[in-house]
Amino acid sequence: MTAATETGHPSVLAKAVREGIFAGVISFLMFLLFVGIETYQDINNALVWRTRWGLLAIFVLVAAVGRFLTVGFIKPHLDQRKLAKAKSGVLEISESKSFFHRHFLKIALIFLLVYPFLSLLIVGKQGSLKYVDNFGIQILIYVMLAWGLNIVVGLAGLLDLGYVAFYAVGAYSYALLSSYFGFSFWLLLPMSGILAALWGVILGFPVLRLRGDYLAIVTLAFGEIIRLVLINWTDVTKGTFGISGIAKASFFGIWSFDTGSASSFVKAWGLSPSSVYYKIFLFYIILALCMLTAYVTIQLRRMPIGRAWEALREDEIACRSLGINTVTTKLTAFATGAMFGGFAGAFFATRQGFVSPESFVFLESAVILAIVVLGGMGSLTGIAIAAMVMVGGTEVLREMSFLKVVFGPDFTPELYRMLLFGLAMIIVMLFKPRGFVGSREPTAFLKERRAVSGSFTKEGHG
Amino acid sequence: MEYFIQQLINGLTLGSIYGLVAIGYTMVYGIIGMINFAHGDIFMLGGFAALIVFLIATSFFAGIPVALLLLLMLLVGMLMTGLWNWTIERVAYRPLRGSFRLAPLITAIGMSIVLSNFIQVTQGPRNKPIPPMVTDVFHIGGITISLKQVLIVIITAVLLFAFWYIVNKTPLGRAQRATEQDRKMAALLGVDVDRTISITFIMGAALAAVAGAMYLMYYGVASFNDGFIPGVKAFTAAVLGGIGSLPGAVLGGLLIGLIESLWSAYFSIAYKDVATFAILAFVLIFKPTGILGRPEVEKV
Repeated sequence: MTAATETGHPSVLAKAVREGIFAGVISFLMFLLFVGIETYQDINNALVWRTRWGLLAIFVLVAAVGRFLTVGFIKPHLDQRKLAKAKSGVLEISESKSFFHRHFLKIALIFLLVYPFLSLLIVGKQGSLKYVDNFGIQILIYVMLAWGLNIVVGLAGLLDLGYVAFYAVGAYSYALLSSYFGFSFWLLLPMSGILAALWGVILGFPVLRLRGDYLAIVTLAFGEIIRLVLINWTDVTKGTFGISGIAKASFFGIWSFDTGSASSFVKAWGLSPSSVYYKIFLFYIILALCMLTAYVTIQLRRMPIGRAWEALREDEIACRSLGINTVTTKLTAFATGAMFGGFAGAFFATRQGFVSPESFVFLESAVILAIVVLGGMGSLTGIAIAAMVMVGGTEVLREMSFLKVVFGPDFTPELYRMLLFGLAMIIVMLFKPRGFVGSREPTAFLKERRAVSGSFTKEGHG
Repeated sequence: MEYFIQQLINGLTLGSIYGLVAIGYTMVYGIIGMINFAHGDIFMLGGFAALIVFLIATSFFAGIPVALLLLLMLLVGMLMTGLWNWTIERVAYRPLRGSFRLAPLITAIGMSIVLSNFIQVTQGPRNKPIPPMVTDVFHIGGITISLKQVLIVIITAVLLFAFWYIVNKTPLGRAQRATEQDRKMAALLGVDVDRTISITFIMGAALAAVAGAMYLMYYGVASFNDGFIPGVKAFTAAVLGGIGSLPGAVLGGLLIGLIESLWSAYFSIAYKDVATFAILAFVLIFKPTGILGRPEVEKV
């Protein structure tokens, strides 16, 4: 291996130049209309256009240079590394794991438990609102939703594109029952879960015969139906205005978090009034709910029903031949997944104090499904990591006001949030099609439990 | 009766647009077995390409004949979206072919998010209205038919015929059908599978672009999130007709268009989409593979 092959053999370089020019031409044609030309409304409100050649040139240059570097340098370099690794004969997977790796779950749990106080200590009351609420609670809600969906998609292998429907059922159950009847959060939390599970069964029943993509479109349709009903049934749901002023959760009925209340938490403990205590309390509730979801998932996988789910995912015909009742198996998967969605929904409603159909669009279902797949389906740790990266990443983007200095004062990073989210989805999938955690621990094993590659499991097959 | 026929015509127009988009879904599904979620956004890109061509053409040549203008919009839109869909397939779907089933679905959803947000960022979030292009209307008895409705139905019919001809009578169509039936065997018998799949994506995109341009002409407005609702409806149409079946996609599109316009005429406009989706679920309960879909053979 000489230096010549590493930094560019003439033929490799020539190929890179060719590919680079090709990419430039293609991207020029692609972006010519959409980037090169800007449409806007003038003073008379008529649509007019102007050119943006500079921006177009940047797009084309990035594509051409990027392709040139990839073909000419990055790819040969990676191939070289792979080759060297294969020649050296050292296996990538080593038996001995680092301390951090072995105790990862314990460390993560301890970190989560002290996280609110840590942020309180470091950035103070006002500053930690952002860290506890926008990052902590927001990410944990998605972790919980993704873990709930994982039961349906990852374990039972039923592709559900309308999971957000159950989230909506939970949220509206809490919002409506608490504002019409004044029930407390602690009564309504289990009730929302049960109602969502009921809807899971109702919606699951007609789709039992469907497989794969037919199932996907019908679940998507149900998700949209529920959203459209929420929008149009204005007498009850107030339509697109949503329901506001939803009651806060109380400290198990002992203390209230409303500032005017007689049994206020702040007064009882002699603290100065701040909304941060409520946020910290909510953080622990959602953390507990997440733990419950994880616990139930892990326990169910060891029980006959969980094994039936996984068997159903691998081979439905074999399941039926062996006497597993596929109807109840599918329905329980739908109902269990929906129940956790309902819990998350009730929590969401009490945290926001406001629900509207805007929060339950298809995009949410897509984001949750993306988290499940990007994390590596069936792997709870992987899903949690994916939620942290994807949701946390987009939240971080909101904070990047320093980019205004680089790109000028008109630059709003929030505009690019979903664009980058979509790009991240594509890039992660391309590089890690099996998700962040590519190994699975099978529930049934011979002699000793061993992690296997995710490629051995079949998923998303109805 | 006149009211009914009027609604029938409206439904037919809308159904033609859905049918054209549905063909793209069903072809891609048939040939590589993936739901191309970004297809609705390709439709939206086609609409935007037509919009920009319209603006440029009318500002340079004020008195351009409408027929020429429309032709220009359709052609540029078809080329543009064809190029986009070709690139998308190369970049986001081809590397994942042969990977597990959900991987391309996730990249397709990601691509859909990217495309709609790309247009939002580059062209702005506001609705883009254009002045009406075709304003003639005919009155037959008590029924009003606008020229744009006639145009939409005629263009759809012509395209469907051309498309049917390509798929059933040309070597390219034979390669497509062979790839659809058995990709490995087709490759062994000398079909360039990669090229066939690329062309399928380009053809689907071109039809979606025509639908996008006609949608713009019909409603006179384009928006970056136009891809989602018509996209989902076209997908629903493809599934209703039996995904993978080309006549099924057209039939499904027409049915969805008719259901939508009749439901809003006789029941309530607010629940028209609910009706569409409910009928989809209802049909699938009794025919789990759609109206014209092949019944799935269970093999061990």
